[in-house]
Amino acid sequence: MYGNDLGSLETAADEALQARFDEIVDADGRIEPRDWMPEAYRKGLIRQIAQHAHSEIIGMQPEGNWISRAPSLRRKAILMAKVQDEAGHGLYLYAAAETLGIERAEMLDLLHSGRQKYSSIFNYPTLTWADMGAIGWLVDGAAIVNQVPLCRCSYGPYARAMVRICKEESFHQRQGFEILHTLSHGTPEQKAMAQDAVDRWWWPSLMMFGPPDAESPNSEQSMRWGIKRHSNDELRQRFVDMTVPQAEVLGLTLPDPELRWNAERESHDFGAVDFTELFEVIKGNGPCNAQRIGHRRRAHDEGAWVREAADVYAAKRRTHEPAGAVA
Amino acid sequence: MTEPAAQNLSAEGGHGAVPTTGVPAGSGRPVRDWPLWEVFVRSRRGLNHTHVGSLHAPDAPMALRNARDLYTRRQEGVSVWVIPADSITASSPDEKDSFFDPAADKVYRHPTFYQVPEGVDHL
Repeated sequence: MYGNDLGSLETAADEALQARFDEIVDADGRIEPRDWMPEAYRKGLIRQIAQHAHSEIIGMQPEGNWISRAPSLRRKAILMAKVQDEAGHGLYLYAAAETLGIERAEMLDLLHSGRQKYSSIFNYPTLTWADMGAIGWLVDGAAIVNQVPLCRCSYGPYARAMVRICKEESFHQRQGFEILHTLSHGTPEQKAMAQDAVDRWWWPSLMMFGPPDAESPNSEQSMRWGIKRHSNDELRQRFVDMTVPQAEVLGLTLPDPELRWNAERESHDFGAVDFTELFEVIKGNGPCNAQRIGHRRRAHDEGAWVREAADVYAAKRRTHEPAGAVA
Repeated sequence: MTEPAAQNLSAEGGHGAVPTTGVPAGSGRPVRDWPLWEVFVRSRRGLNHTHVGSLHAPDAPMALRNARDLYTRRQEGVSVWVIPADSITASSPDEKDSFFDPAADKVYRHPTFYQVPEGVDHL
């Protein structure tokens, strides 16, 4: 396993290493696991990648909720593939974080004990089948807008994981759009169900981009390090401009009376996002916080015997059989 | 907005804003887990196996199965290698006297080093 060679360094040597790091980042190069990096860069990335991974893992729950009640075999197969992808995304990201010198088992402990968080979007309930559509279209749509610039992030393993993830997310968004399109062109009840889901998921999706730029003091450092490429407000605007025409095709409205085209800015104006709600949900007061983390802990604890049995079996095999051949 | 939480949020985490200040970044201490394996995939016949990432598994057969599920869900591979991560010996990336220096001053190893008179083909 690769760690960082972060021994005790002389100040002059330290400065040379810092200069080399800056040079690579300024030239839009990539930092790789065994390169020297500032502690703040390493720790900041661990927080970001670990919590991104946790979001993917917890994100399996709201959709997992509907696998057994999907309206057709086709929809069920698609939803299962999507939830499996989310597990995969979580694992790519845990692997990327591990290259920074933290182990997956510790990250899981930090998630289970609530010391590391996950995206608050997954603390909302999925009340109807239409929520599967709204999550794919809006939540995954917002995630794509956030994630595409991360494919060029200065940390190599994170950037490579994001390339893989972004390729897979586009299927997620399209299947969500298709669900809503089918519902909105169905019976009046089905269309109402689709509209209700969009009404509930729109504002939380806008919150995913984080607080306004003026209140995001971390962004500047993150941009200098080539981790973040666009500001929160810039990405939020991009998402709104992308989504409004799609809503028209769906024949659904977005629940914002202030939403309108601004010809001068060549962008849509939209209402102010209520961030007090976001902070409440992050603090643990969202509709599903306790349920999500409770379920995750239970799944982990109930799987303990499987992990132990596999360990014992592997140890037994090691003493009885030679290693396998290369294919 | 004077909510203190606003000072502590980062939206870079892909799936939406998460707190960053006051969040632990790990102890660096080893925790008991299955061993780590590095995964290499041959995407199609005629190409090399390429490193795609890593995973945890209790033994080689499970590592291989997990690698298939994790890294080839969309037919990305026709062959997979898994190698215990601690079996890999790597060069150090940024040593002052670079490991790769000896290659830098041997331009004569490249065909463009040589002058070819005009009219000479297939050389």
